[in-house]
Amino acid sequence: MTFSGVVGIITVVALVLILSIPLGGYIHRVFTGERSWFEPIFAPFERLLYRLIGVNPKVEMDWKVYIKSLLILNFVMALFVYLVFRLQGVLPLNPDGVPSMNWALAFNTAASFVSNTNWQSYAGESSMSYLGQMVAITYLQFTTAATGVVAAIAFVRGVVANRSSSLGNFWIDLIKVHTRLLLPLAVVLAIVFVGLGVPETLQGAASVHTLQGASQIISRGPVASLEAIKQLGTNGGGYFNANSAHPFENPSTITDVLQILAMALIPTALIATFARFIKNRRQGVVLYVLLTSTLLIGAFVVYANEAIGNPMLHHLLGLSGPNMEGKEVRFGVGLSSLFTAATTAFTTGAVNNMHDSLMPISGLIPLLFMMFNTVFGGIGAGLLNILMFLVITVFLSGLMVGRTPEIFGKKIEAREIKLATAAMLVHPFVILIPTAVALVTKAGTSSILNPGLHGLSEVLYAFTSAAANNGSAFAGLNANTTFYNVLLGLVIMIGRYVSIVAMFAMAGSLAKKAVIPESVGTLRTDTYAFGGVFVAVVVIVGALTFFPALAIGPIGEHLQMWAGHLTR
Amino acid sequence: MAKSSVTTMSGAMVSRAIVDSFKKLDPRIMVKSPVMFVVEVGFVITLLLSFDPNLFGGNYGPHSGERAFNIVVTVILFITVLFGNFAEAIAEGRGKAQAESLRKAKTDLSANRKKADGSYETVAATTLRKDDVVRVIAGEMIPADGEVIQGLGSVDESAITGESAAVIRGAGGDFSSVTGGTKLLSDELIIRVTANPGESFLDKMIGLVEGASRQKTPNELALSVLLAGLTLIFLIVVDTLEPMAIYVHGKIDVATLIALLVCLIPTTIGALLSAIGIAGMDRVIRFNVIAKSGKAVEAAGDVNTLILDKTGTITIGNRLASEFVAVGRHTEKELIELAVLSSLFDETPEGRSVVDLGKEKGVSFVREKYHDAENVEFSADTRMSGLTLVDGTMVRKGAVDAISRHVIERGGSIPEDLREKTDRIAMEGGTPLAVVREKEIYGLIYLKDIVKSGMRERFEELRKMGIKTVMCTGDNPLTAATIAKEAGVDDFIAEAKPEDKMRLIKEEQALGKLVAMSGDGTNDAPALAQADVGLAMNTGTPAAKEAGNMVDLDSDPTKLIEVVSIGKQLLITRGAITTFSIANDVAKYFAIIPAIFLYVLPQLGALNIMALTSQRSAILSALIFNAVIIPLLIPLAMKGVKYRPMSATSMLMRNILLYGIGGVIAPFVGIKLIDIIITWLGMANI
Repeated sequence: MTFSGVVGIITVVALVLILSIPLGGYIHRVFTGERSWFEPIFAPFERLLYRLIGVNPKVEMDWKVYIKSLLILNFVMALFVYLVFRLQGVLPLNPDGVPSMNWALAFNTAASFVSNTNWQSYAGESSMSYLGQMVAITYLQFTTAATGVVAAIAFVRGVVANRSSSLGNFWIDLIKVHTRLLLPLAVVLAIVFVGLGVPETLQGAASVHTLQGASQIISRGPVASLEAIKQLGTNGGGYFNANSAHPFENPSTITDVLQILAMALIPTALIATFARFIKNRRQGVVLYVLLTSTLLIGAFVVYANEAIGNPMLHHLLGLSGPNMEGKEVRFGVGLSSLFTAATTAFTTGAVNNMHDSLMPISGLIPLLFMMFNTVFGGIGAGLLNILMFLVITVFLSGLMVGRTPEIFGKKIEAREIKLATAAMLVHPFVILIPTAVALVTKAGTSSILNPGLHGLSEVLYAFTSAAANNGSAFAGLNANTTFYNVLLGLVIMIGRYVSIVAMFAMAGSLAKKAVIPESVGTLRTDTYAFGGVFVAVVVIVGALTFFPALAIGPIGEHLQMWAGHLTR
Repeated sequence: MAKSSVTTMSGAMVSRAIVDSFKKLDPRIMVKSPVMFVVEVGFVITLLLSFDPNLFGGNYGPHSGERAFNIVVTVILFITVLFGNFAEAIAEGRGKAQAESLRKAKTDLSANRKKADGSYETVAATTLRKDDVVRVIAGEMIPADGEVIQGLGSVDESAITGESAAVIRGAGGDFSSVTGGTKLLSDELIIRVTANPGESFLDKMIGLVEGASRQKTPNELALSVLLAGLTLIFLIVVDTLEPMAIYVHGKIDVATLIALLVCLIPTTIGALLSAIGIAGMDRVIRFNVIAKSGKAVEAAGDVNTLILDKTGTITIGNRLASEFVAVGRHTEKELIELAVLSSLFDETPEGRSVVDLGKEKGVSFVREKYHDAENVEFSADTRMSGLTLVDGTMVRKGAVDAISRHVIERGGSIPEDLREKTDRIAMEGGTPLAVVREKEIYGLIYLKDIVKSGMRERFEELRKMGIKTVMCTGDNPLTAATIAKEAGVDDFIAEAKPEDKMRLIKEEQALGKLVAMSGDGTNDAPALAQADVGLAMNTGTPAAKEAGNMVDLDSDPTKLIEVVSIGKQLLITRGAITTFSIANDVAKYFAIIPAIFLYVLPQLGALNIMALTSQRSAILSALIFNAVIIPLLIPLAMKGVKYRPMSATSMLMRNILLYGIGGVIAPFVGIKLIDIIITWLGMANI
């Protein structure tokens, strides 16, 4: 590790925190209907939209209506993009003549993008038309991020409601996220990216003659616009197969830092928004401190392991120095390590280095972050997961102080625990079972590139990434097969929707309860003591479950590597 | 029930609990506890594997030791299940013993039932129906719950309260309720039966203490769901381990997988959960409080507001002398001498307190000297008492107006400052007594409500638990304020009518608070029913007892405070053992995972941080620890985790350190110790 690397990591994280606090306040104002200086610009436009889609902005929805609207919209969007992928070969805006996708790949891609996962079994430059990139990919990168935000906001409204059943109006919320948050930020960022050298064009691939006299086809397209929302919406699905390691997607250190900032900004800000909603600053501070520390620990573990490099290379070839395999020299080890930690902590899934090439313990960190799914987490979904674990933690610690557990003044009873448990079961269910299935079937194992424990990590990583709606790949695994496309598609859907529905049902149940005033006997959730228990519960429930799999995956690989054991 | 009945575990109880723990192996009973049911299913599978190790595939020869290993695992699993059942059986055992002693009070009662023509016939008590009228004569047992409609008599209620002193029961008022199975000691009572057979107070009590009518409380239900969820998670973890092992060319036998599963699922809390609940109810019962449901006890732990009556709860029922106020030109010394003299033979608490206060101020008389004086006792007629000395001098103390009349009748005059000083005492909430010698008023005795000793500290404790106390009194606001300040309650309602209590409860509940109160009168019944925790006094009316969700057999309203502690303790015990159980998993992983992959991934030996001897000793040590911890924690489950009032955060810290961190460390030590013993016994490579 170098001094500048360490300082760089800390500076970027500090920038995220500084920017996120005012943004969190702004998001709170948007959803509580407070006037902002955007009002005269957006309000008339929004009113027009409401009239166009026939929404009465005064209608309040209970949790069932809200989630129904959310699910129907998601279904319709999925169907639409599925058709686009299936028909893109014959549709316009396809200058490079990209063919239509087969049903399994189209299903996988539709599931992946409608759920904010952005797992890509395809390579963008060769398998996606400009139309697909714009009306399917970029479009969904906006709406699914917005879906995450409104889900989190609606849940928080349920937490603060006092004997009410209203969680707000889904359509209004959804439009407001677009008009007042995502579009302004994305437009600005896209323009900045263009200025920094990211292409934005509708012209087909460029054909150039190299100095050697050979001719080369260079893919390009509407990259900057996708790039902005790819990060802001914690989407992660890249324009090119190489994602943010590609020089057109992420040309320089400055764009790299901007990308990290962009992906971290909204999930972090939502914590501040949440603290505003529950009118408890300290709660926000405690969560900020705990989650930021976890993020930094993760980033530094990756950095340390990458900086040390591979002992086998030293042993066999006498090479020493950091592990540069799969990394872009222009970013260096420090920024690559932070990117790896951030893209999995915020479940974005963009990569600026190849995770398959990380040292085993460095590969463990992204796995863990995705399994936790609470280190800030993806846009909206992260806050929901944090709240789910808070409910479980409050329940256990509430018992330990001798009171019926209550969270933010709401009693937690059998129904809430039932729903939190259901949400908690999703991860083990959709990560471990498909991994096990893949490991013992020919269809599963034939896609594995590396033998031995690293191969197990590849499969485990794929399903973890899908379950956590992350989308990053531990390259190496050939996921574009019917088996993986279908299985991963299903895992993505269950990972996204089962927990959202469970959490919404909980929000509905919490909203109806009366707020209990705080007293001396109330267990405060805004203390570091409680925060410590929260982290312990997340680690024990979120990671201990996967300990056997991790032991024969990255941990075993690490131990083998340092014991000088080579897998044949 | 007699207080002495069952306080310790007797040999008989233990042996009965052992028999019961075998009876509870019935899968239909086991399935109620999903965690332990999984262990039982595991036991059946390993039992089958003990007969044929290759039942589910595999190729274990006679020398592989697989059969022996399966047998050992089977035995440990069987013991684990038994330990869990034993914990529940021993908790139930106490209740059963108490129920038996109660049943004895019920058997073979007969009754004299009034026939339509007004004559009485002798029938079996079990044939009595609601609204039958029975006659009970001194020496007979009261055959059923009822209300006295005629007569007055003393009743021995020790069969249910354990209190040997007889209580008075009579028609009308708040002392008219009698309980079946108690004994009339004097006189004759005509009683209207208020309960049908099987619905009597005694029946309900028997059901409650036996645990027969025990329902899972809301928190217990929520915890069961979480535990079932965790069990399901670990089922997935263990089931998917085999395919992963196959991928790395390993092989895990079924017994090992079951051992891992049983170690990981929260068996400790699963086994002790119902024992904790039963023991919690039992603790309430041992305080001589009958909770009608476990829910009521749990609710007690959550109470935010406690409404207490002043008289008898916060203050001792009697007023005591606290000050002497001289009037006119008389000195305090003269007044004290006279006051003490007037009370010399007064045996009422008020009279005694005057003598005691006088002694404190240095004035005392030898009673023998005044043996010849005539003692005049208090009567409702004269409203004064005192002595008439041998020389005929009348020394009296009494109500100020009565004394004033007495003086005027004798031609005396009223000191000018009497009125003003009387008013001051009354305003401050005291009761003034005038002291007179012949026709000369010397001054006033200030009788005051005395706050029970220790109440202040208890209210302080309650405040620390976050519970607000509200005092209810019929006194005027000034008096009420004085007492409230002295007792240290947070709030008070003066000149309170029963409706005021009701209003207060509703107001607090509207704010989302839980309210507890105690009461005994029929007019308390609606409030008792409205309150989240209503503690009715056993001496109270049937209506009050019906309305409350707890009945205090000793009729001591301050018990609410104990019930709150027990409610909290119940939850803490559950939380602590759950945390302990989950924290244990860390060490178990470190014992079993390296052992399982010992041959295919020898490098994982680095995770064997306990340096356990062999693959099988590691698995068995973890499994044995998992079983043994259950009986070790039975005493904790029965007694409950110690509860001291402190802030929620410091309590969380304390219990996390003890049961969370302790729960991580303890199994590392325990498993290592068991491994050492197994190795020493030469069984490590079974």
